[in-house]
Amino acid sequence: MSTDKVILLDFWVSPFSLRPKIALAEKSVEFEIKEEADLLGNKSDLLLQSNPIYGKVPVLIHKGKPICESTIIVSYIDETWPTPALLPPCAYGKSTARFWADYIDKKLFDAGSKIWMAKGEEAIKVAKKEFIEILKVLEGVLGEKDYCSGESFGFLDIITISLASWFYAFEQYGDFKIEDECPKFSAWMKRCFQRESVAKFVPEPTKVYEFVGMLRKMYGIE
Amino acid sequence: MAETDVKILGTRSSPFVMRSQIALKIKSVDYEFLEENLVKKSILLLQSNPVHKKVPVLIHGDKLICESLVIIQYIDETWSSGPSILPSDLYDRAVARFWANYIDQTWFPSLFALLFTKGEEAKGKAIKQLLAGMELFEDAFKKCSKGKAFFGGDSIGYIDITLGCFLAWIRVSEKFNGLAILDTEKTPYLVSWAEKFCADSTVKEVMPEVDKLAEFAIKLEAHMNASASN
Repeated sequence: MSTDKVILLDFWVSPFSLRPKIALAEKSVEFEIKEEADLLGNKSDLLLQSNPIYGKVPVLIHKGKPICESTIIVSYIDETWPTPALLPPCAYGKSTARFWADYIDKKLFDAGSKIWMAKGEEAIKVAKKEFIEILKVLEGVLGEKDYCSGESFGFLDIITISLASWFYAFEQYGDFKIEDECPKFSAWMKRCFQRESVAKFVPEPTKVYEFVGMLRKMYGIE
Repeated sequence: MAETDVKILGTRSSPFVMRSQIALKIKSVDYEFLEENLVKKSILLLQSNPVHKKVPVLIHGDKLICESLVIIQYIDETWSSGPSILPSDLYDRAVARFWANYIDQTWFPSLFALLFTKGEEAKGKAIKQLLAGMELFEDAFKKCSKGKAFFGGDSIGYIDITLGCFLAWIRVSEKFNGLAILDTEKTPYLVSWAEKFCADSTVKEVMPEVDKLAEFAIKLEAHMNASASN
């Protein structure tokens, strides 16, 4: 018999898994984390059954049913537990948030990953330039607001700040500081990292950096 | 707000543009179709979608909405008294969004590769992924339709629109490559669904004719090759 239990299939360093954690915390919904012990080498049966198409985390299991894809999970969380609302009330506000979430999902993490995957100074320079250009676009979205979502922390902030958990690693491998390149975006990051729902779950930047180092060795980059 | 305040910026061959049209027709919303030239993009397009410079763009009064899946959801939420496009059950809605995402991120690139990539190996890989996707959709149809005509049930819904808009292009690919992507033996439910989808009043007028689309595909490929070698 399915209960109302909320389970999250997770991997500690996954920036995508961070999204539902923050969203559930914002909604004060209790949930159980089931950590994948060895996501890269040996996925659990539960994960493979719950997400047979991609075999990826996060997966939210609610009332025994799995929901996959982090942005879709956050939308599900927002609709299932409507308060406090993460998306604006009007259709146009929602469409703007969804548009930028789609932009971020298509571009941001891949661009950042190109930095640590790059071999040689020239490749790193090109990757860094592309990444910073995207951050500048997002700075434009932020404008003078405290949050991407407006006056209060919401959907778009959750989608973005989760990926920002890897930005320290990108900065280290790219030898740059976001603070110097995009100060408003950097200030927004600090504001979000201080938020309780984020601070509770965001992994330590140095540990993420070590993990990326391990990935580089695995891929033969260093 | 007057319904003629609604415009779609697009092209008749784009499956993504078709999605917006079908969604508006489901809601019985009149709209003006502004034909765009993608070789020489209009200032309206470049201003309306500065980030991606792509069609479709939905213009609703002074509001601009981009990205076809975002547009469908906007239409569904704005004209909420019309038939629903997204499922009302929140879990079913998450499933619908999952399939739409899979269609666009994983499956469509293989259709595009089959149509426009050269080389046996690349085409072979594209066909394999495409057909694997069709099997997944057959299975998803059985689960989502719950015995009814469409993924959305009795009437066309989110997954129907997201996948159905590619049907003419699927027929073109079948024609060019001599293969069955919709197969009466392997994907009988999808074959039946495709017929019903194309015959629907919200789809009939906006689905391009396969022969005309095939001609367009040849011209498009020539243009892409010319651009690539410049």
